[in-house]
Amino acid sequence: MPLRIPVVEKILSANDRLAVENQARFDTARVLALNIMASPGAGKTSLVEQTLKGFSGRLRIGMINGDIATSFDADRAQAAGATAIQINTGGDCHLDAAMVQSAISQLDLGALDLVIIENVGNLVCPADFKLGTHKSVLVASIPEGDDKPYKYPGMYRGVDVVVINKIDLLPYVPFRMDFFKKGIEVLNPGVVQFEISCRTGVGLSSWLAWLDRQVQEFKHN
Amino acid sequence: MHELAVTESLLEIAIRHAREKNASRITGLYLVIGKWSSIVDDSVQFYWDIISDGTIAKGATLHFQRVPVVLTCQDCGKEYEPVGEEFACPQCGGTHAKIKTGDEFNLEAIDVEE
Repeated sequence: MPLRIPVVEKILSANDRLAVENQARFDTARVLALNIMASPGAGKTSLVEQTLKGFSGRLRIGMINGDIATSFDADRAQAAGATAIQINTGGDCHLDAAMVQSAISQLDLGALDLVIIENVGNLVCPADFKLGTHKSVLVASIPEGDDKPYKYPGMYRGVDVVVINKIDLLPYVPFRMDFFKKGIEVLNPGVVQFEISCRTGVGLSSWLAWLDRQVQEFKHN
Repeated sequence: MHELAVTESLLEIAIRHAREKNASRITGLYLVIGKWSSIVDDSVQFYWDIISDGTIAKGATLHFQRVPVVLTCQDCGKEYEPVGEEFACPQCGGTHAKIKTGDEFNLEAIDVEE
């Protein structure tokens, strides 16, 4: 006779455990860690470039870039002044805590103020895999359309910040900002929001000021 | 498509629990998956058949229980299932909700033979 054994375990518990270890390493070094997620083309790398530029000479930033292939993004981050580690997932649609763990080992956390992890471009899978970061940032963009919070609730629900990029395209693209924001707010009441354009620079100062405050508070508290 | 990583994790958990009970074979797994967790049953089954081969879980049946999404309105307390693009509370129109069920992603139990 088969015997039924209760298990009641989260299927991604192994990843969750590694994520806790990663966070402990960031905590010990007092380095704030961000997980930046978005669909491909929303502007993750552009936001990273603008952020590196904005903090140039002021904050020491380490980058971990996840991509299925190529090191274009790490190259762009390096060119903008960060120490960058590229993770090629070789087909995996997301970064997981184990990949981040090996990348952290290649960074000198003691010499950094902020670590930015740029996840694989994807609005589905990255939400399920915790990395051990302190804040999750979702970059949305106007041309993607205003229905994305409704279509990808898992992603919009689990983040701390939504950065709405490419707002310079609002006059040219049908995008109901009210409808979009209603979708975010129901799923994620009180989520921090920024409306920016990485191309024109509008809104970036608010984002940088917020991030600077997070880094300083984390370092000194 | 992250079902391979998910299925590997599933196999690891099932085998660990079976070993703790000194079981010789796993014959069934009971999965509880919320509608908002981004997992495709067929895809898990596909990978399961491949990666469980050669383990004590070979041939085990995967039982999927899907859990609907239920939100709790933070303004009036009503529990409701969101429909399509309408996430707001149907009772008070409130737009602050907490997810009550629908994001589960658990292995609840396994069937084993001694």
